[in-house]
Amino acid sequence: MINLALEVGKTATPEATMFWILAPLAIIAALGMLLVKKAVHSAILMAWVMITLAIFYIAQGALFLGIVQVVVYTGAVMMLFLFILMLVGVDSADSLKETIKGLRPIAILAFIGFGGLIVSLIGRATIGHPSIGLDTANANGNVPALAELLFSKYVWAFEVVSALLITAALGAMVLAHNHRVTAKPTQRDLSILRFRTGSLANAAGLPNPGVYALHNAVDVPALLPDGSAAPTSISAMLEARGDVIDSSPFQLGQAEDVEGEDK
Amino acid sequence: MNSANYLYVAALLFTIGAIGVVVRRNAIVVFMCIELMLNAANLAFVTFARINGNLDGQVMAFFTMVVAACEVVVGLAIIVTIYRSRRSASVDDASLLKR
Amino acid sequence: MTSNLLVYLIALPLFGSAILLLAGRKTDKWGHLLATALSAASFGVGLYEFSQMLSRANDHRAVTQKLFSWISVGSFQVNAGLMLDQLSICFVLLITGVGTLIHIYSIAYMSHDLDRRRFFAYLNLFIAAMLLLVLGDSYLNLYVGWEGVGLASYLLIGFWNQKPTYATAAKKAFVANRVGDLGLSLAIMISFATLGTVSFAGVKAHAGQASTGALTAIGIMLLVAATGKSAQFPLQAWLGDAMAGPTPVSALIHAATMVTAGVYLIIRSNFIFDAAPTAQLLVAIIGAITLLFGAVIGMAKDDIKKALAASTMSQIGYMVLGAGLGPVGYAFAIMHLLTHGFFKAGMFLGAGSVMHGMDDEVNMRRYGGLRKYMPITFATFGLGYLAIIGVPPFAGFYSKDKIIEVAFNMGGIKGVTLGTAALLGAAITAFYMTRVVVMTFAGNKRWDEKAHPHESPALMWIPMVLLALGSVASGFLFTHGNSLVNWLAPVVAPKPEHQSEMLKPAVVSILALVVVLIGVGIAIMKYLRAEVPLVAPEDVSIFTKIARRDLLQDDFNEAVFMRPGQKLTQALVITDTAVIDGAVRGVARLTKGSGSVLRNTQTGFVRSYAMWILLGAIGLIAAIWVVTL
Repeated sequence: MINLALEVGKTATPEATMFWILAPLAIIAALGMLLVKKAVHSAILMAWVMITLAIFYIAQGALFLGIVQVVVYTGAVMMLFLFILMLVGVDSADSLKETIKGLRPIAILAFIGFGGLIVSLIGRATIGHPSIGLDTANANGNVPALAELLFSKYVWAFEVVSALLITAALGAMVLAHNHRVTAKPTQRDLSILRFRTGSLANAAGLPNPGVYALHNAVDVPALLPDGSAAPTSISAMLEARGDVIDSSPFQLGQAEDVEGEDK
Repeated sequence: MNSANYLYVAALLFTIGAIGVVVRRNAIVVFMCIELMLNAANLAFVTFARINGNLDGQVMAFFTMVVAACEVVVGLAIIVTIYRSRRSASVDDASLLKR
Repeated sequence: MTSNLLVYLIALPLFGSAILLLAGRKTDKWGHLLATALSAASFGVGLYEFSQMLSRANDHRAVTQKLFSWISVGSFQVNAGLMLDQLSICFVLLITGVGTLIHIYSIAYMSHDLDRRRFFAYLNLFIAAMLLLVLGDSYLNLYVGWEGVGLASYLLIGFWNQKPTYATAAKKAFVANRVGDLGLSLAIMISFATLGTVSFAGVKAHAGQASTGALTAIGIMLLVAATGKSAQFPLQAWLGDAMAGPTPVSALIHAATMVTAGVYLIIRSNFIFDAAPTAQLLVAIIGAITLLFGAVIGMAKDDIKKALAASTMSQIGYMVLGAGLGPVGYAFAIMHLLTHGFFKAGMFLGAGSVMHGMDDEVNMRRYGGLRKYMPITFATFGLGYLAIIGVPPFAGFYSKDKIIEVAFNMGGIKGVTLGTAALLGAAITAFYMTRVVVMTFAGNKRWDEKAHPHESPALMWIPMVLLALGSVASGFLFTHGNSLVNWLAPVVAPKPEHQSEMLKPAVVSILALVVVLIGVGIAIMKYLRAEVPLVAPEDVSIFTKIARRDLLQDDFNEAVFMRPGQKLTQALVITDTAVIDGAVRGVARLTKGSGSVLRNTQTGFVRSYAMWILLGAIGLIAAIWVVTL
């Protein structure tokens, strides 16, 4: 146990400094990812963990992998996560109350048990085994060495994985494809529908935002002849979000006022 | 610097990810925890590559990344499809197999 | 010496029985005549064989006939074979002779019964089975006949099975017989195990090599079988109830033939009993007990058939006592068996005649003074009565006195006890038989106006007369010049030349006559001089009450065997439903219970499944951790 502590505590080099600053941060970020309520916060914390890992890769001599981690994981995968979060409901917050009885205590126990087991196993495996380092392997540069290994020893796995990528892309397309069950209504169909409703109030189409108002931004409602806002001219989503701007100050004044301003 | 420290970090991250899968209810957050587990494994691979002095570990990490990317794509597509039909992204709502 | 005719003795009545049973109602018109004719034909074959036997020399008299090889399993070889020797021919003639007379009697007695054909079929079946019993040449062949007569007895006792009590009586007889049959099976098994053979000749040859213990065991088992079939103590409770059958059945089966099968078995196995003195003594003791038992019961019975049944039980006790006295007694037991066949069958037929005349009334208290209305019946019954009580020169005098004499001559405490018991039995026999005769035929008439007693038809009194002739003459015939003793000597071993004589024969005869006269005198005083009440009096001594209840034999059987047996079966039923079914149902309930408990793991929540996977992974890693320690 003492040896373990001594070996773990070797902190001379700059790498060690970097490690001891970033590693706790990464772990705290991971824990936070576990514990925060909003899903978007989880995604951001996840991105932080990924960047930290990229730094670790570069520090350990895996230059290519570190860049790929940033580009693919943090860039593509996390962005994908965020897109889907937006689609699914960015407001949906998990209540922290646990519905399955007894799951939380078991989870804490499992955490301690699992973590302890793996940590002790790793300790037993590595204590007494010095690390060789990648200086000789990376003699010609990390990327050529990696390429040499990839296309000679692991070429079969490489081919299979590329097939997997194609399959995944196809799968995503199939799953996201929205097959229409009815025919898409044409302009003529929509026009007929417009005249078949109960009242002909909207037969000419809904008013655009900003009509008879000074600004025609999307969030400025159109004005009715009596000066009040037309509710149908703003998207319902904006209204639900409360992003509608009150258009009464934008009301057009008398004609002589306008002319006065023009001079 | 003891390279094994990276392994301990990887172990901890893996454990956190595993517990996260069990504890969180939002399907997307569960998925993110799975990604965390994969990343922890990648870190372990890279560290072992350094310890052993050859690049086999890095090649493994490379493949793991590719597979993880594919998995994310398909998984998220599934989540979207389920969300479209069930209007809910909670894993607890998909409990039709209960006794 | 072989003969080809032996099989016809059995085949003729068996054939008759088969025809009558299989052809059914079509044979109703002439079935009884065919059965009687076949029985007579069998008697004819028996007579022919007897004449052939007489013409041969003394030690060449036995004839055998092998029918086919029956069981051939390793060292267990049994042939279906028949053997006719001096002992069997006595029985063959008795069975077929008395049987044919009873067939003739039944033609008239059962003339009003719709099922008469079936009755004759069963009678023929009985004759065939009984003949197989006495003709079999091995214990196993005898056993087939043994079972056959048991079956026939059951069918005949329960002939009028519309009445539940009669059917129950038939069942009781069969069950009691079955207990005895168990003894015979065990005897056969022990015989095969220790001697390696079950044929009579084989056992006789090997009997010298077996241990006394094995022979005693075989002897005791044979005694159990004999007590079952011959209604001896302790398996005697069924004989009284067996009177539920028609009277010809009582006459044939329960007087002359089936109940004597036990005596036949003991005497046929004389080589075993002679080598196992303990078993032989037990035979004598059982005989002595039974003769007193039956006599005491006979004193208290008002039903004429039941009184005669108790008398049969007692007389067979005499025969068993004779058979238990060793080589000197065998011949006298057979003599008494043959004479008893005549007079008891005759008396039963007489009782049937009285019942026929009195409209099937059996209670003797309702008879009285019938000798004027049924003279022939009175004459034949009276001759039988004189024979049974042992008045010279009738049959019983010779046979019974010889048994008493041999009993006394055994010497020692044994001899005195057995002899005194036999003498006492003679006295009681005289008492109750006189009671029966006096209550039925003498005194004042006690029957009401509806009855009109009349003599029976010719077909009924002709057999009775013939049997009465037998009662008169047979005793003298068998004793004259020691004819029967010498006839049976090659089979049962000769009587020793010199025998200690405790009492001279003349003394025994005088003693016997004295006790008989005492018994007769008491009976006449009670039942002829005094008035016989119409209803059995209630204020009688405790002994009379016990004797009326058959010396508590049914109560004993019920308390000792039936109730514990019932409790055992109830316990077994409870065990079956609670324990065995309970175990099976318990397994089902356990499965169901554990299933409903395990079902709770299927929550439907992905997260709990994920937790299980995680726990499994932890387990695996822990295992690796332990292994690499």
